[in-house]
Amino acid sequence: MTYIAKPKFHHPGLKKNELGYTHRDYEGKISTLCAGCGHDSITASIIEACYELSIEPHRVAKISGIGCSSKTPDYFLGNSHGFNSVHGRMPSVLTGANLANRDLIYLGVSGDGDSASIGFGQFAHSIRRGVNMTYIVENNGVYGLTKGQFSATADRGSKSKKGVTNTDNAIDLVAIALQLGATFVARSFSGDKGQLVPLIAAAIGHKGASFIDVISPCIAFNNHAGSTKSFDYVREHNDAVNRLDVLVGRDPIAVDYAPGTVQVVEQHDGSKIALRKIDADYDPHDRLGAQTFLAKHAAKGQIVTGLLYVDPDAEDLHEHLNTVETPLNTLEADTLCPGSAALDKINASLR
Amino acid sequence: MKPTDIAAPDYFHKVVDCQWACPAHTPVPEYIRLIAQGRYSDAYMINWKSNVFPGILGRTCDRPCEPACRRGRVEDNPVAICRLKRVAADFKDDIRQRLPRPSPRNGKRVALVGGGPASLSVARDLAPLGYHCTVFDADPEAGGMMRSQIPKFRLPNSVIDEETGYILGLGVDFKGGHRIESMKSLLAEKFDAIFVGSGAPRGRELDIPGRKEAAANIHIGIEWLANVSFGHVDKIGKRVIVLGGGNTAMDCCRTARRLGGEKVTVVVRSGFEEMKASPWEKEDALHEDIPILNYMVPVAFKHVAGKLIGVTFQHVKPEYDAKGRRNLVPSGDPDQTIPCDDVLVAVGQENAFPWIEQDCGIEFDKWHMPKVDPTTFVSTNPKVFFGGDAAFGPKNIIWAVAHGHDAALSIHKMLSGEDITERPLPEVQISSQKMGIHEWSYDNDISNDKRFKVPHRDKVIALKDIRAEVELGYDVKLALGEAERCLNCDVQTVFSTSLCIECDACADICPMDCITFTDNGEEDDLRQRLKAPSPRPDQDLYVSSDLKTGRVMVKDEDVCLHCGLCAERCPTGAWDMQKYFIDMTHAGSTCPTKSRSAA
Repeated sequence: MTYIAKPKFHHPGLKKNELGYTHRDYEGKISTLCAGCGHDSITASIIEACYELSIEPHRVAKISGIGCSSKTPDYFLGNSHGFNSVHGRMPSVLTGANLANRDLIYLGVSGDGDSASIGFGQFAHSIRRGVNMTYIVENNGVYGLTKGQFSATADRGSKSKKGVTNTDNAIDLVAIALQLGATFVARSFSGDKGQLVPLIAAAIGHKGASFIDVISPCIAFNNHAGSTKSFDYVREHNDAVNRLDVLVGRDPIAVDYAPGTVQVVEQHDGSKIALRKIDADYDPHDRLGAQTFLAKHAAKGQIVTGLLYVDPDAEDLHEHLNTVETPLNTLEADTLCPGSAALDKINASLR
Repeated sequence: MKPTDIAAPDYFHKVVDCQWACPAHTPVPEYIRLIAQGRYSDAYMINWKSNVFPGILGRTCDRPCEPACRRGRVEDNPVAICRLKRVAADFKDDIRQRLPRPSPRNGKRVALVGGGPASLSVARDLAPLGYHCTVFDADPEAGGMMRSQIPKFRLPNSVIDEETGYILGLGVDFKGGHRIESMKSLLAEKFDAIFVGSGAPRGRELDIPGRKEAAANIHIGIEWLANVSFGHVDKIGKRVIVLGGGNTAMDCCRTARRLGGEKVTVVVRSGFEEMKASPWEKEDALHEDIPILNYMVPVAFKHVAGKLIGVTFQHVKPEYDAKGRRNLVPSGDPDQTIPCDDVLVAVGQENAFPWIEQDCGIEFDKWHMPKVDPTTFVSTNPKVFFGGDAAFGPKNIIWAVAHGHDAALSIHKMLSGEDITERPLPEVQISSQKMGIHEWSYDNDISNDKRFKVPHRDKVIALKDIRAEVELGYDVKLALGEAERCLNCDVQTVFSTSLCIECDACADICPMDCITFTDNGEEDDLRQRLKAPSPRPDQDLYVSSDLKTGRVMVKDEDVCLHCGLCAERCPTGAWDMQKYFIDMTHAGSTCPTKSRSAA
């Protein structure tokens, strides 16, 4: 880790967003992760996405579990709400917070250990309930904090730093999220901010359960030959189906790609996603197709990235539960407790 | 763009903006670090080698380094480089043991005309090599304009005595009170080389009506200052007008305030902003209750019975023509007469060489200036060299010192039978500053302090005594605070393409968004695609060769804090912080002249 604080000075010509903030205003404390950690690039991407969306930092709740990845909310959005929960329990804490106050933007930050092992059940249920959140897994395939054991997302046949071959099958969180009904599913790579930043921005704009699996090389324990989560391996096997631009507010859609290759998706919050297709046959509205596509490419050793599935008309947990528009935590006592006459009426209806 | 050649000595030299801007290329960050460590004598000697007069320059330098200072592009004010130089001089120990010893004479004789900074710098470089240097000056003591024109309340005699003494102590002959009246007879004395460092000794006249009639109360600024310096003048009228907007005018008005001038006014033709005087000198004058009136052109001296009673001014305003050139045209306001008892004319200085005969082999141009080579400082007579104000007109001390170094090198080469046009490269050392995983041999934690003010003597006391130095200089604590503001621009960010794995850690951590990984392109195009705007094309882009992904690393040197975080966050050591020490080559060193690897 670095001993000095990041200097307060910033480039005098930095652009400001609609709120008058520079991207430096969305930073947190200086990272204590290993130098070169992929997670730091994801942190930088979250900062960039929030800056570009002109998000008010106090309207964000960042919630995490335990692990290298779950430390990162300390490194971005220093003026936002945060909760560093128990190992694997980020999804239930996030669900609870979301139910209490539906007005905040929820960023769930987790890792492959936190979400694919100890918190696998929590991950699954928050997705299938359609909690309105952006669930980011910083996936390095390894337990970095405990010196490099394989995690549940490590590919079968990949080698550890010491040369041991992994004999267990890997969990593909993207495939599971698709199966469990996530309405925004993407995969990206920490070393490709051009793809990752708009994905995070689009996920924040999505209403419903957004899930992004970000391959994030562990410099200390999983960036060697034989690893399938190293910078070199991911760059060689990255099969991007599309790239995207998120268009917010009044900005006109100015696309300079060949006609027919751009697909515009309008989101619930009014923002638009301009998808530049790389694979002409890939349809991000076809859940079943996406599952098949993923499985086929995974068998060939390719890592499919991009926006894999989106349902722009998705509903979230609050709609399923038919909760009131007003956040529950701001309801006054007389609303929450309407009195004995109301209770009698309910009781009568149950007799 | 092609990959940056960091082996070229100039590349990293330019990154050290202060050193690049200094005519003598003083290694500024190096001595500032030494000051922060309390190593004042070491800091002094680095200065002494580069600029010869650290104590004098630390009080009077025109500071070309400070407008160049990177700190000034990052926040409001640059580092107070000049006043830190004074700190080194103020707090050093006795450094005489560190000075070169007078060498056995080598039999070659060099005459130096004028005892100011240019000549003394030549003597400083040549005397230790065994040259018999003889300095001639009309004044009894060495120092030239530093002694005669700069008021004592800015530069005490003790500092001049000390620093000229170091040079004269190298076995230099000083012939004071000996004005050279004829170049021809000097040439006849068969010196092996002659250096002319006689300055720009003539104050420009202001020939307007009334000049002759009121002459008794109209004084030429630099002559008057010299007379004050040597004690020939010790009072002036109560109401004084100073004409001119340069540093001499500022010295004149502040001196007048101390000699009885109660209502001293400076009047300049141009606008206040465009005045030639350094901003801090204007500030000091204003602080001593001296108003500066601008856009007023003197048209006549008013006099009654041979006695000056005032100066009449025409009001003007600036007008810009199609080419953007400024002309001063009458504003239409009625002329204004300001009553006064004395006028000091400080409207410029001129060179004067009435003592150089036409048949000395020294050619002059149409402005009556000698034809001097700007690199070697040789005149059309191969044995005669010029430097300082005598070479290219009025500049300032630090330029005279730089000229002196270069002329001394030429003289040494000529008298060693070498080609004087072949100039040696600077001496360059580069070394990693890494001490541990996140430890550096320099303090990389950036100070957020604003520029510290130099304490001044109480105004009432200062105005009473013309010899009381106004600036008291930083104390140790202030000096440390100011030194900490230095960004250590000489500790360079050095990038190794082969080690980079393109993890983006450096680009993410950089507080100034200096680093971008992108596709290569032409410079104009690249500057458009950087993470942060790149408004200064004079600040270089550091471009790597192609990386594994085919992209390049581009670093805009402009506002880099040299905090080393890129190197701290780099997992492979592709970034390293390396100190680049550049020392200009002076006479007598054996630095090669052909280009060579710097690293």
